Order: sequence, then structure tokens, then C-alpha cells
Amino acid sequence: MFAAENGLKGDPRLLAISEAIRVIPNFPKPGIMFQDITTLLMNHKVFKDTIDIFVDRYRDMDISVVAGIEARGFMFGPPIALAIGAKFVPLRKPRKLPGEVISEAYELEYGTDCLEMHVGAVEPGERAVVIDDLVATGGTLSAAIRLLERMEAEVVECACVIGLPEVKGQHRLNGKPLYVLVEPRQVDHCR
Amino acid sequence: MSACRDDDPRIIGIKSKIRVVPNFPKPGIMFQDITTLLLDPKAFKDTIDLFVERYKGKNISVVAGIEARGFIFGPPIALAIGAKFVPLRKPRKLPGEVISEKYILEYGTDCLEMHVGAVEPGERALVVDDLIATGGTLCAAMNLLERAEAEVVECACVIELPDLKGRDRLKGKPLYVLVESH
Repeated sequence: MFAAENGLKGDPRLLAISEAIRVIPNFPKPGIMFQDITTLLMNHKVFKDTIDIFVDRYRDMDISVVAGIEARGFMFGPPIALAIGAKFVPLRKPRKLPGEVISEAYELEYGTDCLEMHVGAVEPGERAVVIDDLVATGGTLSAAIRLLERMEAEVVECACVIGLPEVKGQHRLNGKPLYVLVEPRQVDHCR
Repeated sequence: MSACRDDDPRIIGIKSKIRVVPNFPKPGIMFQDITTLLLDPKAFKDTIDLFVERYKGKNISVVAGIEARGFIFGPPIALAIGAKFVPLRKPRKLPGEVISEKYILEYGTDCLEMHVGAVEPGERALVVDDLIATGGTLCAAMNLLERAEAEVVECACVIELPDLKGRDRLKGKPLYVLVESH
């Protein structure tokens, strides 16, 4: 669900967040309008507001795990985890995590990729939130949910800054609630 | 320099949470795994607090973090001290216009990139990563910032491997670390 439909309608922070995201046409390939969050990270107030919105939502939900998807999920997940007193669990591309891991394959447009999590990072029954900068098809988030559920954690919600049109109207991803702050813009503002 | 107060109970706690994984990514390497630190909310918070205490109020407007583990420590520091966060990334990850800096690996070379326009001339910057080994990556990061005419105030890492003398490869810039591992 979009934040504007869930208690934050008209919140000026959401407009500022949307405008802080830079749109790069034809990256990484022709036809893709890439939603670049690095310009958001360069605006301290907007970055802080982004984190605060997630923190306000999750602080009283008894969340003990924030799982972030490599690499842009690593920029949003830890500040949220620190503010709500949860552990941060990085979900990584293959062969990056040392020690024992579990792996989950997922579909790309062409081929498959894989996400890994440390064995022992989460305990059965822990309540978890999954964070990434953007949700498109939901393939990566679905793999993240499966990793956490294989370790018997409960995925309470998936949270992303940006949600592509494919997920608009879907309040759930694989049966899990999805919380998104803004839609992508198609045209960049001059800045 | 290491953190001044080695007997600070926070430092002892942080060091105890770092897991050493032998023979990763290849035989003979004792890998310093910070993910176990991230699983302890108090130790993770103490880690960030130690850096924030050092850098708050020092007019630092840029925290640059090195992909990928620098992305975990850099943003919380940036948010707490009022700075922007600038990700320094492997090639072809950043969209739009970038500058690139090559650096030497044990076998071959690699490359670090930063967005054009991420930093302005004269900005005071920190470079953050989880660990400094030979210093090659940190040196490349410093070069990127200096090419954009920012001033690198200090490099900050959770862990230093002092035997690899990375500290000497930072072009005279200071290094601040929380724990050493020999």
C-alpha cells in the first residue's frame, strides 16, 4: 500500500521525497527510467524524513529484525534498525557472506539470480521487516521473504521507498503486506 | 589512531561481536565478519555513537561510504551528524555521469566510482568502510573526493589490520579505527 493511502495523505515529506529522486532515462538499458535515490541521500533533511516515516511505522510493532537487500537496502535498513532497536541482517548476492548461509534463487528478466542470508542471523518466531529502495516485479523481495521464512521468522511487512506501477493496487506481496512511500516519476525535474 | 580509550567498555563489546571466519574468501585469509556486530543492536549503536561523538560539530558535510559494507555504517553516521551520504560504488552501478578511480588488487585492478556533482569544492568529507587492510580502496576513495575538490578530513573504519600498513597509504590523511586485529 502507498503511504499516502495509509495515514500520510498530504504529508509534505512525501512530495519532497518524490522530488529528491532523480530519474535517469535508459539506464541500465534502453527503455528503463531508472529511479536514482542517491540524490535523496544527498539531501539530509529528506533522507532523515524517509527514515523517520519508516521508524514511526515500525517502532511499536515489536520488530526485532530489519533485513536489507544488497546494496541499496543497506543504506535504508540500518538507520531504521538502529532507531527501533532491531538487529540488521544483510541479504547478499552469492559468495559475499562468509560462513554458513542459506540461498534462495529468483527469476530475472533473463536468467536467475540468488540471494543469501547467514544461518543463525534470525531465530524462529522473530518479527522481521524487509527493506529495499525500490520494488518492481517483487522477485527479489519474494526471495528475501522466503529466506526469512525458511529460518522460521515472521515477515511482518516489506517496505520500499519507491514502488513501480506493477505493484500499485497490490497491498500484498506473496501474501505479505507491502508499504511504499512514493511512485516513480517519469520525467525528471530540473535540479 | 585507534579509539583512544581501549578500555571503553563499548570498544570491548564491539570487538567481542566481530566474528573471524578462517579461510574466507580464500585459504589463509582470516575474514573479519561484521555481520555478527549488526545482530547486536546495542553494539551496533555503540559503533555508530563512537563515530558520531568524534565527528559531530566538526563541520563535516559529506560522509562517503565504500560499497557495500561502508553503506551499512556510513548512512547512520551521516544522518546523526547532519551530513549527506555519498555512495562510492563498483563500476556501472551508479547511473548518470560518474568519475572513476582505479586501484590495485593483489591480482589485477578494480575501480571505484562517484557521481559527478555529489560533492562540491571545499566540502569537508569523511570516508567510511568496515575495514582497512592494504588501504588501496580507501586511497581510491580519497582520490575521488579530492578530484571533486572536496577536503578529506579523515578515514574511519571499524577494524584495522595494522600489519598490512594501510594507514601509510592514505596520503598523510588521518585514520580513525575502533578495533585492531593482528
